[in-house]
Amino acid sequence: MGRFHRHDDGTAHAHDDHAHGEDHAHGEDHSGYQTGAERVEVLERIFGENDKTAAANRAEFAASGVRAVNLMSSPGAGKTTLLRETLTRLADRVRVGIIEGDIETSLDADKLAGFGAEVALINTGNGFGGECHLDAPMVRSALPRLPLADLDLVLIENVGNLVCPAEFDVGEDARAMVYAITEGEEKPLKYPVMFRSCGLVVVNKVDLLPYLGFDMEGFLGNLRKVNPAAEVMLVSARTGEGVDAWCDWLRALP
Amino acid sequence: MHELSICSSIADIARRRAAGRTITVINVRVGQLRQIVPDTLVYCWSLISEETALAGSRIVVESVPARIRCRSCQHTADVGDLPSFACAACGGIDVEIVAGEEFLITSLELAEEGVDG
Repeated sequence: MGRFHRHDDGTAHAHDDHAHGEDHAHGEDHSGYQTGAERVEVLERIFGENDKTAAANRAEFAASGVRAVNLMSSPGAGKTTLLRETLTRLADRVRVGIIEGDIETSLDADKLAGFGAEVALINTGNGFGGECHLDAPMVRSALPRLPLADLDLVLIENVGNLVCPAEFDVGEDARAMVYAITEGEEKPLKYPVMFRSCGLVVVNKVDLLPYLGFDMEGFLGNLRKVNPAAEVMLVSARTGEGVDAWCDWLRALP
Repeated sequence: MHELSICSSIADIARRRAAGRTITVINVRVGQLRQIVPDTLVYCWSLISEETALAGSRIVVESVPARIRCRSCQHTADVGDLPSFACAACGGIDVEIVAGEEFLITSLELAEEGVDG
């Protein structure tokens, strides 16, 4: 997994590798002159296919008048609890669909059943050891299982992971992440791509503030370094504090 | 492990572009903000390509450091190891990323056999 600093180590290595690789390639090019080997320019984006499907998802959401939110977090930050509280508050006013990404189980989907939302589960376990994220084709596969025309809002609960989900556009209108104060103040610096990719950071489990030596100012300073424009909400999904503000944010999505 | 699904995308593009010719090297450009670990990508490629027509080919990664430019003062700087996306010169937060988000196949190196393919 590509942690930032580890990635930097890798970067340094990769540069060396690349230099060797080029030397090697020059050698091959030389023999290539005799054997007909050649280098062809490609310049093709590796996420091109994903992004095409994401655009198709986005168009389908738009055509149905649905707003889609990609909700991301580390495992255990409280996404599912927040969604349950969200459904409790919104279910009779906003028609909500949920796309639930989970590597193996239906545990999260089961928790959300009975709260007035349509839930489509995507198990990502078909991959080698399970995919660590949702991509656009996975979300596309879930769309036929949601009555989009009858919905206002689709919440896409991504796989719990602070690295991979940030890389994949799934066709959402907005990205939000749930961060729990039990995760430590330095997380924005360790996972800058995730924190930078989200317009809203829901800071969850604030009911634990009296019991943890959590440095809120330090955390917010770190967040501002990687995403100065991020909106922040202090929430406790467990006690309900701040959940109304989150629901208002969802209802006000442009 | 999203390097595995990424390798599948790379394989699709490489197969299409090679049009039947044997690939020896796939040159990939990866920006620092892409969170791809080059060693993991190379390892996953060996898993994905094994026992396929792509077996024996290898991925060579060119890494690109992340750089930002301040829209107020035009100062340009590397994002660095402890990332900061604020301008180091004027403290401005309205910055654009000018490098580090690349993720593409730049070129393929093809062997001689299959030229007619």
